[in-house]
Amino acid sequence: MIWAKEETLSRQEIEAIQLEKLKKLVARVYEKVAPYREKMDAIGLKPEDIKSLDDLKKLPFTTKQDMRDTYPFGLFAVDKSELVRIHASSGTTGKPTVVGYTKNDIEMWSECVARLAVAGGATKEDMCQICFGYGMFTGALGLHKGLERVGGCIIPSSSGNTEKQIMYMKDYGTTLLVATPSYALRIGEVAQQMGLDPQKDLSIKTALVGSELMTEPMRAEMKKLFGENLVVTQNYGMSELCGPGVSGECTELCGMHVNEDHFIAEIIDPKTGEVLPAGEKGELVVTCLSKEALPLIRYRTRDITRLMYEPCKCGRTTVRMENMSGRTDDMLKIRGVNVFPSQIEEVLLKTEEIGPHYEIIVDRKNHSDILTIRVELAPASMTDDFAELEKIRTKLRSALRTMLGLDAIIQLESPNTLQRFEGKAKRVTDNRKKD
Amino acid sequence: MKQLTVFIENRLGRLEEVTDILSKNNVNIICISLADTSDYGMLRMIVSQPDVAVEALQNNGFSAMLTDVIGLKLPHHFGTLKNVSGILSANGLDIRYMYALTSGENAAIVLKTSDNEKTREVLGEKYEFLRAEEAYNM
Repeated sequence: MIWAKEETLSRQEIEAIQLEKLKKLVARVYEKVAPYREKMDAIGLKPEDIKSLDDLKKLPFTTKQDMRDTYPFGLFAVDKSELVRIHASSGTTGKPTVVGYTKNDIEMWSECVARLAVAGGATKEDMCQICFGYGMFTGALGLHKGLERVGGCIIPSSSGNTEKQIMYMKDYGTTLLVATPSYALRIGEVAQQMGLDPQKDLSIKTALVGSELMTEPMRAEMKKLFGENLVVTQNYGMSELCGPGVSGECTELCGMHVNEDHFIAEIIDPKTGEVLPAGEKGELVVTCLSKEALPLIRYRTRDITRLMYEPCKCGRTTVRMENMSGRTDDMLKIRGVNVFPSQIEEVLLKTEEIGPHYEIIVDRKNHSDILTIRVELAPASMTDDFAELEKIRTKLRSALRTMLGLDAIIQLESPNTLQRFEGKAKRVTDNRKKD
Repeated sequence: MKQLTVFIENRLGRLEEVTDILSKNNVNIICISLADTSDYGMLRMIVSQPDVAVEALQNNGFSAMLTDVIGLKLPHHFGTLKNVSGILSANGLDIRYMYALTSGENAAIVLKTSDNEKTREVLGEKYEFLRAEEAYNM
């Protein structure tokens, strides 16, 4: 099912909406938001200069630093009395950034989430358990309002107290799960420890995951836990852009459809800032066309992806973002090699002898970087034979060397010894920064 | 005879945790061997109640398993072990690991080879095996 007619417009129609909104947006921020006006004046750009969508690239970027510099409300375009809600970024890196919403913003946001929830298989019959932490974080309330709009029944269980979560799932017949991919895995694992079979004792058919990167092996792992028929889709957003709702996968699983009547996506070279041709991989830059309280122009997301304009089998015509290959922030430089934790994860999740949880540690000894990866031995691969265990280590090491071109130290641990996460997983410790 | 094998990381206090769980479950350790690499080790034990022990350890999050091993009685004479290893190598049997179990006059070894069944056959003519019940009650 397709939720809104805006998802199936022709390219021409979409671009007409975008241009009209963009012109109004630029005029409005120039008038109301001093930092935007100053940036535009500095390069001699006037709102009237934006005549086509191609002119978008003339506009200066907005960065997280701009938000910090104007903390808390400096980039807001409305009077505080117009605000109906405040959220703050989860502060994954540095100080949190504050975002605000007017009544219309909340409407637009819920509409965007409703679209991607339906694209991911949500229906009004669903019992939707939201295992994102409620609070300043946009994830929980974003999905909450969107799924409510679809007509589903919300179970706002928040994150934490996993055993109780599972009790709700069992007793209330949860059919749709909202969680980070790592917490979804954790829930399945705890259910098993409680003596339940997630495939028989729970009725979860749909999972909408987000707020952290999901790799394909992770999706496979979830299906292994909850059943092969589980539909797992991921969606994308960040608090600065509104929260979840910018884009989401449909059940065809071929990228995340962008809500283009509200967001313009561009891909740039993160080093030069040049816009890259369609289809090329680079940093995602998003312009929020419809937001009243905090309109952002060309916001640099630091997320690496590419855009696909080919039509999708699902019938939607909106541009799709390829599933993220990492964040420019998350990238580690180890002995001169660029490494995304998602690459390491991919190797680990493909290795059956170990569990899905891991920790990446980077140290510097004698001016050389040392990459250590802690993994848990899967219960089924327990053996009384050292050679067998060493085989697992050797296999992992060579798979990592193939993927990264780097040698890593593999540390085997007992099951359930590594830290589990209920929100965003923090799996990388870079000890080099302490020097 | 069953051997209890436990995987432990080389971390302070891990052995204590294992032995604590065993003692709380009234499991007696008959003999023990600890082999280690630089960052993890493998604890191999003959215990009084292997089934109870393995369940208790697994419930506490340890990787533990039971393995079939051979208990071989070795009279206290010069050359006994030499003769045993001679028979094994003559029959193409690799020794995976081996450790001692002695109590007073009785000496025995715990042994795992590349083929335990065949080992029992080739050693059975000349040597006596330690029965499981006998070992668990030592």
